Amino acid sequence: MDRIPILKMGECLLVSIQVDMDDDLALALRDSLTSRIVQDKARGVLIDISSLDIVDSFIGRMLANIAAMAKILDAQTVLVGMRPSVAMTLVELGLSLPGIQTALNVDRGLKLLHCSPQGESSAAKHH
Amino acid sequence: MPPSIISETVKNQAVKLNAASDVVMIRQAVRALAVEIGMNLVDQTKIITAASELARNAVIHGGGGDATLEIVRDAANRLGLRLSFEDRGPGIADIQRAMTDGYTTGTGLGLGLGGARRLSSEFHIQSAPEQGTKVTILKWKG
Repeated sequence: MDRIPILKMGECLLVSIQVDMDDDLALALRDSLTSRIVQDKARGVLIDISSLDIVDSFIGRMLANIAAMAKILDAQTVLVGMRPSVAMTLVELGLSLPGIQTALNVDRGLKLLHCSPQGESSAAKHH
Repeated sequence: MPPSIISETVKNQAVKLNAASDVVMIRQAVRALAVEIGMNLVDQTKIITAASELARNAVIHGGGGDATLEIVRDAANRLGLRLSFEDRGPGIADIQRAMTDGYTTGTGLGLGLGGARRLSSEFHIQSAPEQGTKVTILKWKG
């Protein structure tokens, strides 16, 4: 089975979903991201979905789960790069993803999370 | 609204629905057909998403089944996609309730049927306990 790579940058974890995920792969991503948040003491999670041409209710629920689990583990999640057609479809489907913070692109997402390559994130300053 | 009258099936494709990976295959097959008839990106996204919901329903709740994907044409020469998903599962006793957002017997969100209806031009469901379920959706090229 494919795996979706999780990159670490400073205190953030970065994921770019580049494949059409089946449900098992989506669940595997949720589980490994949740473990990595603890293992890497991450404060932020950025998920780039600019390559996804659809988000159905299962994938949407998986993304919402990741954000909820991350929050409990003291990490903030930002979803970036959603295509306009995907946003329109999601809302019509009935899934408005409350509780997930979004940003238009990776740049803005990283700013929101205060990620920096050296790990000198402003989130780290309150330690 | 009465169902549209289809004057011709231009293309017909059968896909087996047995595993989670078949849901991905359906999405790719529907995308290819939507592109073939020149459907716009938003409508493509809607019909692929609806197909994904219905294919997953057939795999998870219906214990597998068959999908038929068709390019159809009506008398006015309009092209569209008609997709049907048939399973041999336990069937649905209360269809109206099953169509309600948030109602689920499984672990899902209960958005599948209602969502698929909203994303399609036409929606038809046929089901009875122990008889399996057949859902047909149609989306015309805008």
